[in-house]
Amino acid sequence: MTLLSLQNMKTQIGQYHVLHDISFEVPQGGVFVLLGRNGAGKTTTLRSIMGLWQPQPGSVTFKGKDISTLATADIARLGIAYVPENMGIFGGLTVEENLVLATAKGRFDQTRLRRIYTLFPALEQFWTKQAWSLSGGQKQMLAVARAIIEPRDLILIDEPTKGLAPSIVAAMGEAFREIAQDTTILLVEQNFNFARSLGRDMAVIDDGRVVHRGTMADFAADTDLQGQLLGLSA
Amino acid sequence: MMNRVSETLGRLGGVNLLPLALAAVAFVLIGAPSSWVTLTVAGLSMGMMVFLMASGLSLVFGLMDVLNFGHSAFVSFGAFVAATVLAALSTWLDGGWMLASAALALALLAAIAFGLAAGLFFETVIIRPVYRDHLRQILITMGALIVSEQIILAVWGGTPVSVPRPSFLEGAWIIGDVSMEIYRLFAMGLGAVVFVGLMVLLNRTRIGLLIRAGVENREMVEALGFKINRLFIGVFMLGSALAALGGAMWAGYETLITPALGGEMMIVVFIVVIIGGLGSIEGTLLGAIIVGLTANYIGYLAPKLALASNMILMMAILMWRPSGLRPAVK
Ligand SMILES: Nc1ncnc2c1ncn2[C@@H]1O[C@H](COP(=O)(O)OP(=O)(O)OP(=O)(O)O)[C@@H](O)[C@H]1O
Ligand SMILES: [Mg+2]
Repeated sequence: MTLLSLQNMKTQIGQYHVLHDISFEVPQGGVFVLLGRNGAGKTTTLRSIMGLWQPQPGSVTFKGKDISTLATADIARLGIAYVPENMGIFGGLTVEENLVLATAKGRFDQTRLRRIYTLFPALEQFWTKQAWSLSGGQKQMLAVARAIIEPRDLILIDEPTKGLAPSIVAAMGEAFREIAQDTTILLVEQNFNFARSLGRDMAVIDDGRVVHRGTMADFAADTDLQGQLLGLSA
Repeated sequence: MMNRVSETLGRLGGVNLLPLALAAVAFVLIGAPSSWVTLTVAGLSMGMMVFLMASGLSLVFGLMDVLNFGHSAFVSFGAFVAATVLAALSTWLDGGWMLASAALALALLAAIAFGLAAGLFFETVIIRPVYRDHLRQILITMGALIVSEQIILAVWGGTPVSVPRPSFLEGAWIIGDVSMEIYRLFAMGLGAVVFVGLMVLLNRTRIGLLIRAGVENREMVEALGFKINRLFIGVFMLGSALAALGGAMWAGYETLITPALGGEMMIVVFIVVIIGGLGSIEGTLLGAIIVGLTANYIGYLAPKLALASNMILMMAILMWRPSGLRPAVK
């Protein structure tokens, strides 16, 4: 079943046409990977889905409903969480406050909280610390934890491994695998090895257009295509 | 060595120690302890009233990057509304403690109610169309300020209006050779109560959590499913009501008010918000107390410098800390 569908999405930022033709369908379940070079339009795509930029009306469908003209808060309430490239955590708030803010009722569901402690033990350890004092990896964990503290249908995650040590990247990969069992993840990644290990379906964006769609298994096997689309050497 | 000193100072309270340092320096310079106490009380009470006026401006800027130059209109209106209510109830003011308190409470509540309503109107009609456009914000809020001043002029006239005070707030407490005006102590107490209330709101409630988060990162608050615009209306109304309350208290302090009152206070309010650090209530309180104390100490020690002292203070602090003493985390 298709969870999210982008049909010829165009997005303009100010007078710049950044996205020209973004079309792909994210099926329910698992990890869908969005690849592309720097400046290709990956972040803009996620922001357009989230309503933080205004996409072409009619071009974004979520669970069968057109969400292209909804306000960001309403899109979030339909069950989409966003983990931005800069993580967007609230530095002046404690780890606990960051998470409690993301709950619907201002109270924790103990089961979900325990799951977060298991996925990211550091968060339990630094529970009452202000978030600005966390390390880069811990901030990323907090940003992801905030996205799953309530049940969601779709999580948009923008380059979560950027600048992280290999051991933390591995832990993040484990967490995503676990999360993807009941929540769909739309993952933007530059780290191809990380993306390959997680993704089932994928698309490649270049210069504001989708230039390739397919399964990760096929793409991973085709080193020529990778070189051509991502500039990766074989 | 320097590091050790600054670390120790940091642990003791860092920039929060500035008012104490200021008071200590003034104590030495003034020489006469009784004058020093009087001036310190005057400075603290002025600081608390300015804090009332400034806190809303700081939160509004922190939350939405909105620069509201019309903020002082709320101060003026608060002053005139309270003065009108007090004048209308002047027989109550002489009618014993209970009746006088009731008149005062009604005057302050009227100012607050007016501030809430004016804030709602101002936010939805004047500010809403110019979110995210600083130049137009400055122009339109300045314009609104001028219109408000003209309205006050039309309703209350240009001659100074005198503000009656309840008799129990008149006079001074005299302890030894130290005298402290009762009205000033009352203003200090009221400001402190409001500060504590704001801290509880910001730090102990979900709305407060949202405000603090929104000051840091509006977009992310939206992405978590909250409508920041609704939050902003609430904060704007609260800020306007506090400004009106500050104006009402200031009216009782000055006892004679003119339509220029808001404009005169605006400069002080902006200085306070800037040196305190935009978006932070603790910073605003700190800035207000420092400005209040400085104005009173300098007014006594070097009256000719009194006008320039706040500007000099602001420049000195900004050279040392460009984003203010206690800015909100951005
Ligand atoms: N706020 C903006 N104003 C103008 N142009 C922008 C803005 N944000 C992004 N762009 C432009 O849109 C294009 C796509 O940017 P985007 O951030 O979506 O790329 P990306 O694929 O996420 O890149 P990266 O891998 O470096 O994060 C770039 O050319 C960028 O310069
Ligand atoms: Mg990007």
